[in-house]
Amino acid sequence: MDLNFTPEEDEFRLMVRRFLGENIPKSGLGDGREGREDQAWLARAKEWQRKLYEAGYVAMAWPKEFGGQALEPVRQSIVNDELVRAKAPYLIGGSGLGMLGPTLISWGTEEQKKRYLPKILTAEEIWCQGYSEPGSGSDLASLRTRAEIVGDEFVVNGQKVWTSGAHYSDLMFCLVRTDPQAPKHRGISYILIDMHSPGLTVRPLVQMTGDRGFNEVFFDNVRVPRKNLVGKLNEGWIVANATLFHERNMLGSASGSEQRFNRLLALAKSIHRNGRPLTEDPLFRQRLADLEIRVEAMRLHAMRQLTDQICGRQPGIEAMINKLVGTELNHDLATAAMEAMGDDSMLARDEQSVLDKGYWPYEWMFSLGLVIGGGTSHIQKNIIAERGLKMPKSR
Amino acid sequence: MDFGLSEEQQQLKTSARELLAAECPAAAVRKAMASDDGTLPELWREIAKLGWTGLIVPEKFGGAGLGMLDMAVLLEEQGYAAMPGPFLFSAAIATEALVRGGSEEIKAKWLCALAEGKAIGTVAIAETSDRSPTLAKDGRLSGSKVFTPYANLADFMVVAARGEAGRSLVLVDPHLSGVSVNRLRHLDLTRRFGSVDFSAAAAEPLSEGESLHRRICDVGAVAIAADSLGGMQRALDMAVEYSKVREQFGKPIGSFQALKHAAAEIVADLEPARSLVWYAAHALDAMPREASRAAAMAKARLCEVYSRGTDRAVLMHGGIGFTWEHDIHLWFKRARFNESYLGSPSYYRERVAQLSAY
Repeated sequence: MDLNFTPEEDEFRLMVRRFLGENIPKSGLGDGREGREDQAWLARAKEWQRKLYEAGYVAMAWPKEFGGQALEPVRQSIVNDELVRAKAPYLIGGSGLGMLGPTLISWGTEEQKKRYLPKILTAEEIWCQGYSEPGSGSDLASLRTRAEIVGDEFVVNGQKVWTSGAHYSDLMFCLVRTDPQAPKHRGISYILIDMHSPGLTVRPLVQMTGDRGFNEVFFDNVRVPRKNLVGKLNEGWIVANATLFHERNMLGSASGSEQRFNRLLALAKSIHRNGRPLTEDPLFRQRLADLEIRVEAMRLHAMRQLTDQICGRQPGIEAMINKLVGTELNHDLATAAMEAMGDDSMLARDEQSVLDKGYWPYEWMFSLGLVIGGGTSHIQKNIIAERGLKMPKSR
Repeated sequence: MDFGLSEEQQQLKTSARELLAAECPAAAVRKAMASDDGTLPELWREIAKLGWTGLIVPEKFGGAGLGMLDMAVLLEEQGYAAMPGPFLFSAAIATEALVRGGSEEIKAKWLCALAEGKAIGTVAIAETSDRSPTLAKDGRLSGSKVFTPYANLADFMVVAARGEAGRSLVLVDPHLSGVSVNRLRHLDLTRRFGSVDFSAAAAEPLSEGESLHRRICDVGAVAIAADSLGGMQRALDMAVEYSKVREQFGKPIGSFQALKHAAAEIVADLEPARSLVWYAAHALDAMPREASRAAAMAKARLCEVYSRGTDRAVLMHGGIGFTWEHDIHLWFKRARFNESYLGSPSYYRERVAQLSAY
């Protein structure tokens, strides 16, 4: 056990901090979740990621030949800490960086890696995830979007749903059924689809927050080159799970929770009940301390997993809980803030007297969305029990 | 940056798991429970030979001179086995009090014997009650302490006392006049406790006053948290194993989502909590300014989730889990004891709030 960073790493951290201090866009990009994107916003968001990449702070562990620096994971974790600390805007290319990129590095052909990875880094190409369908949510493997092979192409028909960012994405990594006769897990393929293809339509869905954040995507004879297959034909389920692993770690990431706790604490100090700050209310103090302890546990839990990664140890059951625990903790933080605000918690974001810039009501709703997205808590518990504890499958 | 157990610590953990599986199965724990003094003398001799009792005793007194993270590894495995006997109180807490606060004379007198397993110390340090004994100007101790572990076995007691200079730790020889021990009948039979009355008993002060007391309470909190970590893992393992063999509705009950979710919730509580224990133990070794807050967090969280975990584990067993015959209640009760000993989770959450300055 040694929690010290090397002098080089400390120096690196200061350099990152300086860079972020000087370069974070002042105009405010939002956190990219509000769904109020227009072309100008999109251009600025891409510009921010590109700038960060050019400074050398994006996907630093990726192989050099595809635009990475093959650095040890601790460097990226320092950058990630500093990004959170500096309240830097969220990266528009998150799903390419966090989900598709790592999947392609393990499963993609050399050609696919060369073609796609560099543009993920620079935000020249933004990706979305085509997984859920109207009839296939928790039972993802029952998906029915069909891809038939015609000559050198897949011809895709069907529909995806809850597709975040589809309205500004250039490409989609998508699960399609290529063998309807096979058992459900064995007839799925993982393909890459150009969002500008003829026959592909994106329709917005409005989230409970009132914003447009996700979409329905319809495929009507969409043609996709066969070379866009990742992994083997009909063996896409295993590739899909590699992506899900990365997605769940991203959603359950502890990095934002500490900031949220500090924000909650500041809020509680500013609100008075019975003539004293809420932080002096014995019951609310208990609740705050409980949340602080859980946030700290997840911070340390992430350090433990980073260490495993540095040592090249395979993730085990401890990684399966990240999504379940991390997303529920974030929702609990927001729920505590809502209680602290009382009636004011129900004010709309644009109401003048709204507290803390209307952050919490939005976060309260959005954080519940993340408890669902990427596999609900119920599904996460099935995974922990079946894959982690080897309890018998019920299906 | 390296957050985790070293290879040596992993080996220590594995060998402790194996030794206790062989020498301290539930049948042995029950034997100790039924015995007069609640110990397993053969096991004690064996672990003393292996150097466990001297783990944190400095080398010059015949110990291994290791730290609290190493100790936490052993305590975790003892919690896994529900190991009976005074180890946690003697070899971890009382030993640390003498290592940190004993005069050279006290160290010479006790540390070698502690390392060899020939002496047993106990502690009466809880600061949550208002009943601390008082230390008179003449150095005599009066008052009483309840829940003193293995009080009738102890060769010495480390007692938190109130005096003119505030709270401090003193060393008491329970065989001298003015000390009387009464055995308490209580629920967690994997341990033994006594209440102790002091009536102008001779007491030797340990150094550093309040700050030593603080340190020893932190060590106690982390030791209990480590025991809880192991016990919770055991309760989970037992419940999961049972769910794979017990059949209802024509299937193993572990195939039902209700039980899967209960088990997964234990895992979700357990894994992040493991990091709290490692960190708190490491902080005691290497990060003094973080130590109290980390200890409070570990104690609050581990004791809360251990009790919740054993509740769930008992429930997963159904009716058999409510019997005396089945072993799960040993951990169920040990969890409850751990939760209250040295202060409840709500007490430690309040400490976290204070140490984080809100």
